[in-house]
Amino acid sequence: MRKKKYFSRTVIFLVCAILALIFLLPTLLTISNSFMTQTEITANYGVIFQNASGSGGKTYVSEKVNLKFIPDKVSLEQYITVLLKSPDYLLKFWNSVILVVPIVVFQVAVASIAAYGFTRWRGRVRAAIFFFYVILMLMPYQVTLVPNYLVSDWLGILNTRWAVILPGIFAPFSVFLLTKFMRRIPYSLIEAAKIDGAGEWQVFTKVCMPQCRAALYSIAILVFIDYWNMVEQPIVLLPDAEKQPLSVYLSTINTGEVGLAFAIATIYMVPTLLLFLHGEEYLVEGIATQGSVKG
Amino acid sequence: MTDHRQRKLKDLALSLCFLGPSLLGVLIFFVLPFCVVVYYSVIKNTINPEFVFLDNFIALFQNSAFRDAAKNTAVFSALAVPLAVVLALGLAMLLEARIPLKSQFRTFFLSPMMVPVASVVLIWQVLFSNNGVINEFTALFGIDKIDWIKSEYGQIVILTLFLWKSLGYNMILFMSAIANIPKELLEVADVEGASETYKFFAIKLRYLSPTVLFVTILSLISSFKVFREVYLMTGGYPVSSLYMLQHFMNNTFQSTDFQKMSAAAVVMAIAMVVIIAVLFKVEDWFGKDVEG
Repeated sequence: MRKKKYFSRTVIFLVCAILALIFLLPTLLTISNSFMTQTEITANYGVIFQNASGSGGKTYVSEKVNLKFIPDKVSLEQYITVLLKSPDYLLKFWNSVILVVPIVVFQVAVASIAAYGFTRWRGRVRAAIFFFYVILMLMPYQVTLVPNYLVSDWLGILNTRWAVILPGIFAPFSVFLLTKFMRRIPYSLIEAAKIDGAGEWQVFTKVCMPQCRAALYSIAILVFIDYWNMVEQPIVLLPDAEKQPLSVYLSTINTGEVGLAFAIATIYMVPTLLLFLHGEEYLVEGIATQGSVKG
Repeated sequence: MTDHRQRKLKDLALSLCFLGPSLLGVLIFFVLPFCVVVYYSVIKNTINPEFVFLDNFIALFQNSAFRDAAKNTAVFSALAVPLAVVLALGLAMLLEARIPLKSQFRTFFLSPMMVPVASVVLIWQVLFSNNGVINEFTALFGIDKIDWIKSEYGQIVILTLFLWKSLGYNMILFMSAIANIPKELLEVADVEGASETYKFFAIKLRYLSPTVLFVTILSLISSFKVFREVYLMTGGYPVSSLYMLQHFMNNTFQSTDFQKMSAAAVVMAIAMVVIIAVLFKVEDWFGKDVEG
């Protein structure tokens, strides 16, 4: 009996290991391929991107596609191009930072205040508004993006960074998550603070926020990942290529520059990776508190 | 009496202070735009804003590109969403077993969240293009090459991409829900000699139903977001089976046909609200006797 249990656990472990590896593969591939030279990339994937990379020169192109994890020779060629040779990429990286950081910081700030409002005072109207937020949260981009374009045109912020940042700040996603989290805080805590003579703002900052630290962190990571990889919003709302984030540039990258794309993608992954490794526990906890959509 | 009223007023004022900033932003950047869409969908055009009521919608439903796009989107979501829910639940159950490296596995399953789209698209092309890895592999068994992305199998390519991206997140939602199932109930079932299958359907699934609903809705939303990858892989006019509603809206936007586009957006929004309402009803009916 025990033996059987041990056996089934080994099988489950192996299945999980194989699946986990498959899930991790594209990440590993991106990183390892970023250390290949352009020649090696062309040799490996030339068959696929042939027509695009036609530089005319004589390059060796393998007959078959060659999915390789370990470069023949580790080279920093791509990184040197991205980081040193042309300032364009760094500029776009900076564009990403100044778009995404304010969105994350202010979205979480606005959302915490609103979530406190939804937690402390309940009534039919507020419940209806909350439900409305849920519906808005669930709307696909395509429904809101173009009207967003029209409104930012009226407000005169079209083609400025505000056109991307402001809708980002007020996105209802984190209001929803934080409200769900705050509603779990025992009411007695708030009551006790009120008896001690604390005002609403004090209850919010001194009692409520410290309880939500993990949730705030995880929501910030989720929001960051979402906006760090945005493509549609800047294309529509910020057509000025000079101000567009690296994610947009990455998405339009020419197939002739596959090697470069992997290096840029790897650099672009670094902030996410750091947040991920640093806050993995929080992230899991934050996702786990979502549970259900209602109430 | 007046005291009570005063209290209520004070509460209202205070709650408005906290909700105010968010409400204002949501009104300007989400509600107002949507009202504009509704307005555009019932007028003739922006130069001659004559009220035409349902004309744009009738024209829309007579448009064969729209019908194809709606059909493809529906087919894809109908396939992708149940798979994303069932497979994620399966993964979560697997990881429930006492195995080493559990938290590492969890992180690995979440890793697709951080890979930039461009790199994902490149890798999927390497895998699925005509000379790609998958075809190399199937050739070993003497199977003919299939140009996956450009054939009627295109949806399968996108399906694998979608599942790869969303399973990890869904899995974590299920894992925490499984952890919250009351242990006593399962123990009682064990004592009574219930089978694993019975325990799964009669106990676990009931307690998981709010999460099933939530994951379903989330997956539905992300099944719409997969358009980004499709677009980057195939451009504005892919093979017919990959022509989605978002392609339609994108293309009508580019040709500045705002009336058609707005009508499509309104139809899409209505469809979403209907689907969500139905899912809520189903959950009410299914998980009545457990507190989610």
